[in-house]
Amino acid sequence: MMAYIARRILYAIPILIGVNILTFLLFFVVNSPDDMARMNLGLKRVTPEAVENWKRERGYHLPLLYNSSAKGLARVTDTIFFQKSVKLFQFDFGSSDSGRDIGYDISQRMWPSLAIALPVLLVGLLINISYALLIAFFRATYIDFWSVVLCVVMMSISGLFYIIGGQYLVSKLLHLVPISGYDTGIDAIKFLILPVIIGVIGGVGSGTRWYRTLFLEEINKDYVRTARAKGLSEKRVLFRHVLKNAMIPILTGVVVVLPLLFMGSLITESFFGIPGLGSYTIDAIDSQDFAIVRSMVFLGSVLYILGLLLTDISYTLVDPRVRLS
Amino acid sequence: MSEVLLKIRNLKTRLGDNNHPVYAVDGVDIEVYRGEVFALLGESGCGKSITALSAMRLLPPSGRIIQGEAWIEGTNLFELPEMEMRRVRGGQMGMIFQEPMTSLNAVIPIGEQIGEAVRLHDSENRENIPGRVVELLRSVGIPDPERRAHEYPHQLSGGMKQRVMIAMALAGKPRLLIADEPTTALDVTIQAQVLSLLRDLQRRTGMAVLLITHDLGVVSEVADRVAVMYAGQIIELSESRSFFRQPAHPYSRKLFDSLPGLHKRGRELAVITGSVPLLNQHFTGCRFLDRCDQAQDICAREAPDWSPMAPGRGVRCHLSGVLPVSRTLTGRYSKVESNDSVGETAMRLDVTGLKVHFPIHQGVFKRVVGHVKAVDGLSLSIASGRTLALVGESGCGKTTAGKGILQLVRPTAGQVCFNGEELTRLSPGALRARRAEMQIIFQDPVASMNPRMLVGDIIVEGMQAQKIGANRSERLARISDLLAQVGLPADAADRYPNEFSGGQRQRICIARALAVDPSFIVCDEPTSALDVSVQAQVLNLLKELQRQRGLAYLFITHNISVVSYLAHEVAVMYLGRIVERGNVDEVLQSPRHPYTQALLSAVPQIDSQKGVSVIRLDGDMPSPANPPGGCHFHPRCSQILAQCKHSYPASVRLSETHSVNCFRVGHYAATSR
Amino acid sequence: MIAQLVVLWTDALIFLLLFLALAFGIYASRKPHLRRPWGMVVGSRVGMGTLVVLLFYLVVGLLDSVHFHPWAQSSDGSGEKIPSTEVISLFDSLVSELRARQEKTYSAPLATHLYAKEIIELADGSTIRDFPRLRYAGAHLSDPEQSGADILRLSALGILKGVAVSLVSANVLIMLLAVAARSNFGEQARRVLQNRTEVPWRVVLVVLSMMLVLIFWSAELASRYHLLGTDKVGEDVFYQALKSIRTGLVIGTLTTLVMLPAAILLGIMAGYFRGWVDDIIQYIYTTLNSIPGVLLIAAAILMLQIYMSNHEEEFNSLVERADLRLLFLCIILGVTSWTGLCRLLRGESMKLREVDYVQAATAFGVSHLRIIGRHILPNVLHIVLIAVVLDFSGLVLAEAVLSYVNIGVDPTMNSWGNMINSARLEMAREPIVWWSLAAAMLFMFILVLAANLFSDVVRDAFDPRLGGSR
Repeated sequence: MMAYIARRILYAIPILIGVNILTFLLFFVVNSPDDMARMNLGLKRVTPEAVENWKRERGYHLPLLYNSSAKGLARVTDTIFFQKSVKLFQFDFGSSDSGRDIGYDISQRMWPSLAIALPVLLVGLLINISYALLIAFFRATYIDFWSVVLCVVMMSISGLFYIIGGQYLVSKLLHLVPISGYDTGIDAIKFLILPVIIGVIGGVGSGTRWYRTLFLEEINKDYVRTARAKGLSEKRVLFRHVLKNAMIPILTGVVVVLPLLFMGSLITESFFGIPGLGSYTIDAIDSQDFAIVRSMVFLGSVLYILGLLLTDISYTLVDPRVRLS
Repeated sequence: MSEVLLKIRNLKTRLGDNNHPVYAVDGVDIEVYRGEVFALLGESGCGKSITALSAMRLLPPSGRIIQGEAWIEGTNLFELPEMEMRRVRGGQMGMIFQEPMTSLNAVIPIGEQIGEAVRLHDSENRENIPGRVVELLRSVGIPDPERRAHEYPHQLSGGMKQRVMIAMALAGKPRLLIADEPTTALDVTIQAQVLSLLRDLQRRTGMAVLLITHDLGVVSEVADRVAVMYAGQIIELSESRSFFRQPAHPYSRKLFDSLPGLHKRGRELAVITGSVPLLNQHFTGCRFLDRCDQAQDICAREAPDWSPMAPGRGVRCHLSGVLPVSRTLTGRYSKVESNDSVGETAMRLDVTGLKVHFPIHQGVFKRVVGHVKAVDGLSLSIASGRTLALVGESGCGKTTAGKGILQLVRPTAGQVCFNGEELTRLSPGALRARRAEMQIIFQDPVASMNPRMLVGDIIVEGMQAQKIGANRSERLARISDLLAQVGLPADAADRYPNEFSGGQRQRICIARALAVDPSFIVCDEPTSALDVSVQAQVLNLLKELQRQRGLAYLFITHNISVVSYLAHEVAVMYLGRIVERGNVDEVLQSPRHPYTQALLSAVPQIDSQKGVSVIRLDGDMPSPANPPGGCHFHPRCSQILAQCKHSYPASVRLSETHSVNCFRVGHYAATSR
Repeated sequence: MIAQLVVLWTDALIFLLLFLALAFGIYASRKPHLRRPWGMVVGSRVGMGTLVVLLFYLVVGLLDSVHFHPWAQSSDGSGEKIPSTEVISLFDSLVSELRARQEKTYSAPLATHLYAKEIIELADGSTIRDFPRLRYAGAHLSDPEQSGADILRLSALGILKGVAVSLVSANVLIMLLAVAARSNFGEQARRVLQNRTEVPWRVVLVVLSMMLVLIFWSAELASRYHLLGTDKVGEDVFYQALKSIRTGLVIGTLTTLVMLPAAILLGIMAGYFRGWVDDIIQYIYTTLNSIPGVLLIAAAILMLQIYMSNHEEEFNSLVERADLRLLFLCIILGVTSWTGLCRLLRGESMKLREVDYVQAATAFGVSHLRIIGRHILPNVLHIVLIAVVLDFSGLVLAEAVLSYVNIGVDPTMNSWGNMINSARLEMAREPIVWWSLAAAMLFMFILVLAANLFSDVVRDAFDPRLGGSR
């Protein structure tokens, strides 16, 4: 098992290198640091000195790949590629273009993100699966038909509508919870409850439909016929045999997104003013802070690959047919 | 004995939606007596499984029972509320299915799956479920049941899974066991095990068995009575013994006549022309009308009624009283034609030491941790006009051997010498140019043609690739020639494969192979996906083509009767190696290798009076990734010697043509000399 | 009216896509394995109903995709007509009134007065603070109090016109059907109305009539009022919502168009050749997939912004610049979304290469290219089709979210996302300005719902697991 995990981690390295090279190309080669500086300093009438200063403050004055003016190893290390890209591997994110320590910001902001994303995932999962099971139980009846119609309608509504509508209804008209903001500790609940509910509702349509398909696919398999031929009740067939089989794709599908929960949701967080990583990213995009965007890209890939690894491991835990070697 | 257990009256079941109904079962009457084995015999799609599923009320969502009733022990099944019906399912009636691989729940240990049935139906053992599960597993012959009960289905072999299915069905101590093609997915040696288990259990527990099958051999081995089903109706009912002595319905007779076998060598097999009618229509006349060679005027006008012939015997045919009631079994035994090759282009294929190993990759860096030795040192040779049958059970590597010879899978080692040219060393381009010489026909007639292409385009593809035919019109002419040769109309070229039945498709595949004028064809189980009545058409065609063109066939099969009908030479394969080879008479009449002997004895015989005792093979074929040391067969061999465990036996020549890889034979040959 | 045609990149691609779709339609009509599932789509009531709705969107989108410079008076006063520098579309010139009637600022739907109080100078010279009359909406009324009755009158007129046109079109349709079926008009009409036709024409007629009535009604009202109000700078919201249709369609269709070649080629290659080809392709898509899509889009759009602001001289007009950004957004959305299809195709090709008919082709010495072209590609085409149709609605929704985060289409371009984005700032206003938001949501909802329902029908028809296409 440990050997397997070690090998998977080794396998992740070329992918992370690929991501790294890609972001390096995107951020430093497509546009030179000069362009960034000019953009940030306001385009018109920028003196070369100001550009040079801006670059020096942020460490963008170095050559891209090879520093011919340096000595020894520094020829390679005193470069943008090494300083800005390679160092990401040590999770050294450096400082943002506005001078803040990105690593510190991330460590502070990932918890509020998680506080929203995790309940949304868990509550949503519970509701979607229960609803889908209910539909599967009443398959090929009017309950099934209208539930599917409801799901399609719900998934045709933009997520923005749920947020804006929910904020308007609950916070503005009914004054039940504050419209946006965040607090630490137990007080956070009143800020979190609305975004969580809205997040769950927004996912019901597509989630339920997806799980319904999963269940119906399982129900048509041979082993279900065997279970019925045994004389099992429809309830037991559904809850014991079908659910147990369907849980494999469901669980592994959940596990793969678990690490990414830290990244938070861009839209929800910015609408509700939650100081998480999602709103951090949005702010960075708005203020064109490349260092933060770059760090988030790398962090996102790391978490995704971690998710893949967890998926593989969870397969071995829930599916007796899969063995790691 | 003659007390009725299950009684089905005038059952009509429909499939499909109301606008396009399929009359899958159309007025079936069945009575199953206590303690008997009742066989429901029929070809695929005749409605035999739907009949059984109707009785269990387990029809697929599109199925509906329109009419009829079913009684078991005085209970009207179709009027029971679903709650009560559940008590019948698994209680009074147990059922096992064709595919043991998919019929068990993959994520629940088998013991638990059996335990569920015990808990539901066996009130005495409700306190001691694990004990009862072990008992059940033991009763179906699963070794080490305490440990096995905690295993998952994927850890068991196919035969074992079917045993588990049987154990599950037995848990409720049913009065009736419905077995839907229980051995069709299994190899012949495993089939023998399961059949004898079923027979054994039936005798021990006194339950009745409703056996659904398409295999006349299976019926003859185990059934007490048999009903023949055709196009949704029962057309003949009889005691098993008299059925095999004197089949009454023209269809039944034709079935017997179309079976290949040794005694029919040298003549054409009787053929049932056409194919089973579609069941989405209403019939005015007899359903067998179009395929019957004794049809009269009345057969087209009126649907025949059930006419009893003797007590417990009846037939659905207008001619029941008219036809002579004896089967012509005047199989003229012709000696094997040894020099019937008329090949004008002499062709010769020599394979020596062919190995096809598939590496087992593991981990990220794809380290090779082992090899699946699918083919492990195979040597054979074939000449024009001859048929070499490569016989073996699934997983023995016979298909891979065929593909390896044709270089569809590149061999790991060994030589394939075709007309003096070494194929394994040819470059892809040079090989491409030789491809016209050797062709292949596949098992599955559905998968072997691109459903998106017209039949004409399918046939012409090879000609284009091999630059045969100068222009379009020349090729078109050739296509209609070929279609005529395989007995299809010329307008077939403008239709799509799905418009043809299985037998017709297989003939199109033969036409496609012939299009490039090969001298050698690998036939990879070309008839095993076909019904018996259609199989004869294809076998006749293959034989006729061989006579005309001097083709050489490598005939890969597990069907011994086809081998005895068609082959000149036989090679028996076990775990990637040939264990016995020789002329067809030598191998089939006096097999010497213990495996060959077991294989041949396991084939269900139609003439049950023959009384050959089945040599039962225990266990399953080991994995070719990890073959046992010494003789590969030794763990299952009943005649094992000390040296069998240590080294692989060399080939022993018994005659010019006959050789065997077995120490015991070698021993015997040495001492007798 | 057209002085000089302007072909934007997305215009060209849209018409290329239309051409490809038509060509595919002709190809499909000759192939029974494609005709059969399409027959199922056409025979389905939901399929035909949604198709009519989608067609209306498509017509607006296509009209809005023909751009040109209109004629304008030359500035030297000679009265000579010269091409204007402005770029407008055919759709713009059709609804030129909507475009031209710009108010000062917000006004509610069908209102006659502005939404904000202003200091108004009365006739007697005194000033009061009140809601001023709108410049265009309801300007024909002497007394704004009558607007209610006027709106009712216009509605009735519009509905009447709509009913009349639908009756005419229904009759024409039935007549054409009768000619095609070689039956008489009465018989054909009965069959259509009793829903006994192969294609559910009754549903088509019902949906068509509903749409026509709706169109005439809104046209009648929009000619005198602002049907959906005006936004901050006084632009008609109804016009904006209609203009946004094109943006939504472009994102939904071109994204798949630009990603298809890569997904198909790489997916089939990986599955068919396996070995190191497979390894490389898998590496590429795992790497791309591992970057969260939004972040990749954000990074790419940021870089594009820098490039565009540093190279302003390369773009002739704002329209062209916005168009290039739209195209680039499609491309980068395609890059983030092709991996799913690629993986599906890889798996399917891997299965297909082991299928007997591919083995048979190999045994004939058919070349790899030919095998891929004749055997693999036609047998994975249905997967591609299902993916394209299923992706559409998701992409339309994604546009709104991305534009909201400012990494979507150009802020100057009409899009539902931009409408929502600008409207959300007004949510805090008392009383609330809701119409921009509602209009964008409504237009988007109808399109996405129709697309979702339609794609369900298409998937059911093409998915062999459910339909049994063999």
